[in-house]
Amino acid sequence: MIRHLLSGADLDADTATQILDTAAEMATVAGREVKKLPALRGRTVVNLFYEDSTRTRISFEAAAKRLSADVINFSAKGSSVTKGESLKDTALTLQAMGADAVVVRHPASGAPHRLANWVDGSVVNAGDGTHEHPTQALLDAYTMRARLGRLAGLHVAIVGDVLHSRVARSNVLLLSTLGAKVTLVGPPTLIPVDWAARAGAAPAVTDAGPAAGSHPGTDVCYDLDAVLPGVDVVMMLRVQRERMNDSYFPSAREYARRYGLDGPRMRRLPEHAIVMHPGPMNRGMEITPEVADSPRSTIVEQVANGVSVRMAVLYLLLGGNNR
Amino acid sequence: MACPPAAHPSPERQPSVKVILASADVQRVVDRIAHQILEKTQGAADTVLLGIPTRGAPLARRLAARISTFEDVDVPVGVLDITLYRDDLRRHATRAVGPTQLPPGGIDGKRVVLVDDVLFSGRTVRAALDALNDVGRPASVQLAVLVDRGHRELPIRADYVGKNIPTALAESVKVTLVETDGADEVRLCGGTR
Repeated sequence: MIRHLLSGADLDADTATQILDTAAEMATVAGREVKKLPALRGRTVVNLFYEDSTRTRISFEAAAKRLSADVINFSAKGSSVTKGESLKDTALTLQAMGADAVVVRHPASGAPHRLANWVDGSVVNAGDGTHEHPTQALLDAYTMRARLGRLAGLHVAIVGDVLHSRVARSNVLLLSTLGAKVTLVGPPTLIPVDWAARAGAAPAVTDAGPAAGSHPGTDVCYDLDAVLPGVDVVMMLRVQRERMNDSYFPSAREYARRYGLDGPRMRRLPEHAIVMHPGPMNRGMEITPEVADSPRSTIVEQVANGVSVRMAVLYLLLGGNNR
Repeated sequence: MACPPAAHPSPERQPSVKVILASADVQRVVDRIAHQILEKTQGAADTVLLGIPTRGAPLARRLAARISTFEDVDVPVGVLDITLYRDDLRRHATRAVGPTQLPPGGIDGKRVVLVDDVLFSGRTVRAALDALNDVGRPASVQLAVLVDRGHRELPIRADYVGKNIPTALAESVKVTLVETDGADEVRLCGGTR
């Protein structure tokens, strides 16, 4: 079993499938009177959050508590970080307190990798900068498998701000491993150039942010309407206003017109196709309320599945003697 | 536990393999336990059979099938995975979690009969009792095992025993079933008999 979960690329097909199967068993706990399992009794999980988050932090906290682990929540606001403590010193403090696992979210890409070298426990990446968010990819894969019955051979469109999206990056890596085909859709300015180049699409800009590795089975398309009729899953990404330091598109209205998912576009999807969104949504921007609240939307399921998937990840990392 | 096939003649000083129950014996023993359950529960009313994976699950299904043949009552059958309740989780690499399937009627207020293949230290049964506690509140809990090999480490006993096998700690008891291993057999391996 792996020791850390830092990237969607850390998981081979067998391990990823084992996590999804375990999550399916963990999901049954949510329907019981006693929503608790004793598997991680006496273990300590630290939630180390340098960035604002509601659903991911609460999801990890619920997952750890359902497995009977002790949970310590640390948010950068109101901690010694505001007094200038470095990530390494914070890590050594956690180490001294005997953390068995550190769940870390950090605005800097790669911070969880650094952390993994400084602590003895397991490190789980809960989102680092514009890099990766592997447990989100796992819960997305779980949701697709639960709704559509399989992952191999599915065609998944990931739509929107791919450039800044750690969710997209982890999903591309994991879905390729599990045999799904991914098409990235968005304005040329928001698709990483090297992915676009390897997929054969004409690169529109040359200075488009952080480099990202390409992956076989990944396509790029700049036209949402051309992609919709042939997909099983359409995953809408949030337009990350906080990372929009450049003019990536002319106006919010133009973006919504070309890349937003509204009712008429949804009706052009195949009948079985589902609509996903990692949250939080900008209603009216990348997705209209009509779509977000439709039966095709899995947005609420994704949140519920997040707890089961994170229970599976914590159990598989901490449940045994894997050192 | 690795256990060589019984067919091979074992030279002296080699670990011995002895067939305790052959295929027909296993079926007779299952039939007897089914009769005993019917007798002791006055017709298996309000009774649920819960098999403990791996081999308890098919045994529970067989018992239910036999009970239904003998007295025409349908006993609900389920599977209770105890992995997350084991007391030795931390001594091994992470164990895969198996499925837990409770019968549609649940177990609240029912007489639950736990079914397993071998009763040894009693730790599996303790874990099963803890797991039961979290999924409901049965009226009572009983235990049925195909083989009791002794060496209990906890104050636990079985209500229905297919076969008592006196063993040494160094020996191992290997149960195979058609559903999981292709053939019904109980073998005693190892030791210096």
